[in-house]
Amino acid sequence: MPYQLAWLIFLLPFFAFVIISFFVRPFLNHKPKLSGYITIAAISGSLFLSIWALIAVLAAPGHELPIPDINWVIIEGGVTIHLGLIMNSLTAVMLIVVTVVSLMVQIYSQGYMHGDPGYHRYFAFMSLFTTSMLGLVVADNLLFLYVFWELVGLCSYLLIGFWFHRPAAANAAKKAFIVTRLGDFGFLAAILLLFHNTGTFDIAQLHSLAVAGTLAGTTLTWAAIGIFAGAVGKSAQFPLHVWLPDAMEGPTPVSALIHAATMVAAGVFLVARMFPLFAHSEQALLTVAVIGGFTAIFAATMGLVMTDIKRVLAYSTISQLGYMMLGLGTGGVAIGIFHLFNHAFFKALLFLGAGSINHATGTFDIREMGGLRRLMPWTYATFVIASLSIAGIWPLSGFWGKDEILVSSLASQPILFYLAMLTVFMTAFYMFRVVFLTFGGQYRGGGSGTKPRQSPSFIGGEVDKKPHESPSVMVMPMVVLAILAVVSGFWNVTGQFGKFMGHGETYSFVQGFFGILAHPLPWVSLILAGLGILLAYAMYSAKWLSAERLGRMFAPLYTLFSRKYWFDELYENIFVGKALVNGFFAGLQQFDNKGVDGAVNGVANATMAGSRAIRRAQTGQLQLYGLFIGIGVLAIIICIYFFG
Amino acid sequence: MGFNYLTTIIFLPVAGAIIIAFLPNLGHRCIKRLAAVFTFIPLALSVFLFCNFDKSLGAAGVIQFGEKVSWIPAINAFYHVGVDGLSLPLVILMTFLGFLVVLLSWKIDLRLREYFAWLLLLETSILGVFCSLDLLLFFLFWEIEIIPMYFLISIWGTGRKEYSAIKYVVYTLFGSAMMLAGILSLYFTTGSLSMVDLAQSGLGSFTAVIPTVAIFFLLFIGFAIKLPVFPLHTWLPDAHTDAPTAVSVVLAGGLLKMGGYGMIRLCVTIFPQVAHSYAPILVALAVVSVLYGAAVTMRQTDLKRLIAYSSISHMGYVLLGIFALSQVSLTGAALQMFSHGFITGLLFAMAGLVMHNVDERDLRKLGGLARQMPIIAVIFSIGGLAALGLPTTSGFAAEFLVFVGSFSSTTVSGIQIYTILAVLGIVITAGYILWMLQCIFYGSPLEKYDGVKDADILERAYMFIFVAVIMLVGIYPAILTDIIKLGILPVV
Repeated sequence: MPYQLAWLIFLLPFFAFVIISFFVRPFLNHKPKLSGYITIAAISGSLFLSIWALIAVLAAPGHELPIPDINWVIIEGGVTIHLGLIMNSLTAVMLIVVTVVSLMVQIYSQGYMHGDPGYHRYFAFMSLFTTSMLGLVVADNLLFLYVFWELVGLCSYLLIGFWFHRPAAANAAKKAFIVTRLGDFGFLAAILLLFHNTGTFDIAQLHSLAVAGTLAGTTLTWAAIGIFAGAVGKSAQFPLHVWLPDAMEGPTPVSALIHAATMVAAGVFLVARMFPLFAHSEQALLTVAVIGGFTAIFAATMGLVMTDIKRVLAYSTISQLGYMMLGLGTGGVAIGIFHLFNHAFFKALLFLGAGSINHATGTFDIREMGGLRRLMPWTYATFVIASLSIAGIWPLSGFWGKDEILVSSLASQPILFYLAMLTVFMTAFYMFRVVFLTFGGQYRGGGSGTKPRQSPSFIGGEVDKKPHESPSVMVMPMVVLAILAVVSGFWNVTGQFGKFMGHGETYSFVQGFFGILAHPLPWVSLILAGLGILLAYAMYSAKWLSAERLGRMFAPLYTLFSRKYWFDELYENIFVGKALVNGFFAGLQQFDNKGVDGAVNGVANATMAGSRAIRRAQTGQLQLYGLFIGIGVLAIIICIYFFG
Repeated sequence: MGFNYLTTIIFLPVAGAIIIAFLPNLGHRCIKRLAAVFTFIPLALSVFLFCNFDKSLGAAGVIQFGEKVSWIPAINAFYHVGVDGLSLPLVILMTFLGFLVVLLSWKIDLRLREYFAWLLLLETSILGVFCSLDLLLFFLFWEIEIIPMYFLISIWGTGRKEYSAIKYVVYTLFGSAMMLAGILSLYFTTGSLSMVDLAQSGLGSFTAVIPTVAIFFLLFIGFAIKLPVFPLHTWLPDAHTDAPTAVSVVLAGGLLKMGGYGMIRLCVTIFPQVAHSYAPILVALAVVSVLYGAAVTMRQTDLKRLIAYSSISHMGYVLLGIFALSQVSLTGAALQMFSHGFITGLLFAMAGLVMHNVDERDLRKLGGLARQMPIIAVIFSIGGLAALGLPTTSGFAAEFLVFVGSFSSTTVSGIQIYTILAVLGIVITAGYILWMLQCIFYGSPLEKYDGVKDADILERAYMFIFVAVIMLVGIYPAILTDIIKLGILPVV
């Protein structure tokens, strides 16, 4: 096939978006299923082309396909911008991730969103999102990457606020957009800095300049840190992590696709894409590793105590993204991206499972679930597989990704390694806390306990006393993802993935399916994960330990975690609210009204007052005028006498 | 010489105004149709000019479609009009807005005849400013604009309309007086009123009657009031807020651009050295305008006042682009003027529609309207996203060019820091735009707004034009930058 067909990968979903918004929605609004089918057909096409691209890239020399450019804007003596695609191993892997997860989520959405009045709008936005995400992955210059970067942010905004009639959703959407934009500010500044110093937006050229050492020193470091700021916003890393938990107000399939598998991973992808810049700046690389490592454990602590299943998963996502950053910062592209690749499947699966549970019970609160193992066997089975995978249990996919990160961090940043090990324990604990509370014991929900706030508006009345398994259109994608959650890690069992990403690193660690167990390190992490699961079992299933008593024992910690370290209050109330909007900005507004405009009105009033004063002299009495004339004549005479 | 395209474009609206004002027994519908016809033909002609404009690089700095007739020989004044790469986009912008505001005014029923006459006169005067190549003619058009503006605000306005109208007039006249002094100084220095000659040779070997710095700032203050630049901006929120919708659209979309246009055309072109040496101060002022404007916007609770204040911030980018004095930044500034004309025009049009349909303008009392007026919600959101510089809209293309051009500019030392500060403005912009959209459209639908009207067919038509232009320029900015750069090349 000609390489130009690669353009279709991201254009196909765009056609779906156009067809749905301009034809289906206005003219065929009564055909509810149609837009779902169009979206699924388009994304299937993209998936097909992505598989073709992967095979072609695997076969190509240097794992890169040449694709011709298009001119966009040319200003003499300044800017020349081309539009082109980059098709290398990183692109190919990301394309597979995005199209597979997107396709599964769209199929699932047909069931989950069934009957929602915004059905067409939902699929239109989902198509637009998939287009933008695929565009972000294939863009070959920073400007276009930034364009798609902003567009995925827009889609995220639109989909978080999908149920815009709920104030919580509208607030969360706004918060997500503004917080990520704060990171984008750094990204944009980095683009300007790079362009100022190199005169190009082209990613391949920037790579070679960094490798050649032309682009070096503080410029390179600042540019890399600016780019990383963008990644911190998008990937919800500390200190811009606050938006992601709130983003769970969107429909659950949206959370699965955008806020777990793909868009939030775009930050990790961006660092990987620009990795040669980071690799040549020690400080930048260290920043990535430290922020990533810290975020991993920081988010995990909050995940321990959340009672909303989606929020547990959200903190888990932040934490896992931190792992990826840690992997990039200590090990390199292959290690970070491999975890991204595996994480996409099992995390999307966890969210789809949460959505399936919500579909049945009408709630996201794990305290109101329980006993779902028998009622929802498919959801239970797939959810447990995904939980085992994320906990890093051999031989599931999470194990292969996570242990490589642990090894590389041990080699270069021992402190971060110990934090990461602790995170392994927490991850296993919070995931199985969810598993035991949701699927074990007796069903505690139904009736009065359900919180309609958390459930989609249209489900409300349909909640039965007894939850039942979701329809097959929802279960099927979960099964596919569960299979992937088991097998996706096998790609790197002998280091094949690392070679494919091709940065010349050698992998001594991965030595085959069983060979890896010859190392001590995997055993340590497996034992820690096992302990986490055991503790969760002890507290929530066997009740050997009382969760309430433990909570009281560690009350300060519990409060700290469950109030999310007060970051929301710090940012929203104190920083934005008190300091900026009601403080500094209010001061400026006062200054504008009283100072600047006051001066203007002051000049006007002074003029009026002056005229009024002078007007007094115009009395109309001849005697007075005569007196003035006399004084004037006298003054002239005196002047002439003295100065003349 | 052929057909006098520009004269036709400039004077057709005023011809329409005369017919509407003086022809007896015109029905309401007839007046509106006349106004539409007399604004549509200039629009069509300006699109025709756009298509026939010589876009080759050889045409850089060449005045096209020029017409020159001796006017007052005694003082060497000519009726000289023409367009180059800088003015043509603004002419197109104004003919578009001129036509669109007639559609926007379709529901006006108070003193219809006068209203449309003033509106059409306003269009002629602004078009005249963009096309004039003779300083006296330029000044004449500049002054004419004040009269229709005064009546439009004080008769058809809302709130403290008389106060706002007189404030606008006095403020603008203050600037005009400065500008007239500047123009006279130029005239007495060189004996010429031709903007083409002045642009080519600057002051040349002439000895200026007053210091060139003084002439530069006399002109600059006149333009800075119009743009507006902090701290000369306080007429703007009042005038925008109290003007009727269509006038706000012309004011924000067309009138403000006269300031930026004048700065490039006169200040930067004729006094490159002065511009160069004062650029650091003016760039700093631009950054203050951007951030200060955005910060104060964040505090507004009146729908129209919020949009009005956002203009101050967005025009700050224009000032930044102009005085960064690089090819790219000036191109960006010119594109930003065009883009802002459509984006803010759309925002004011949508704000007007919301206010008209629900009779409420306080953001704290609005809410949940997305269900009740879905089309307006979508279009208003597109306008808002364009204003916050979302890629694929013209707002992004323009702001990005300003940022790239300014950051890479070699003329002002330390401009990188100023540029970064200005970029910070995009975060605050996102804040107030999204807050505004949330206040109007999101949340539970309010019962009191059940049954409010959504956009009708005519309103959808003009929305479509606005959005189409914004997206077209956003996706393929070269359509304009290829023209603008021809006007900018000789400036730098």
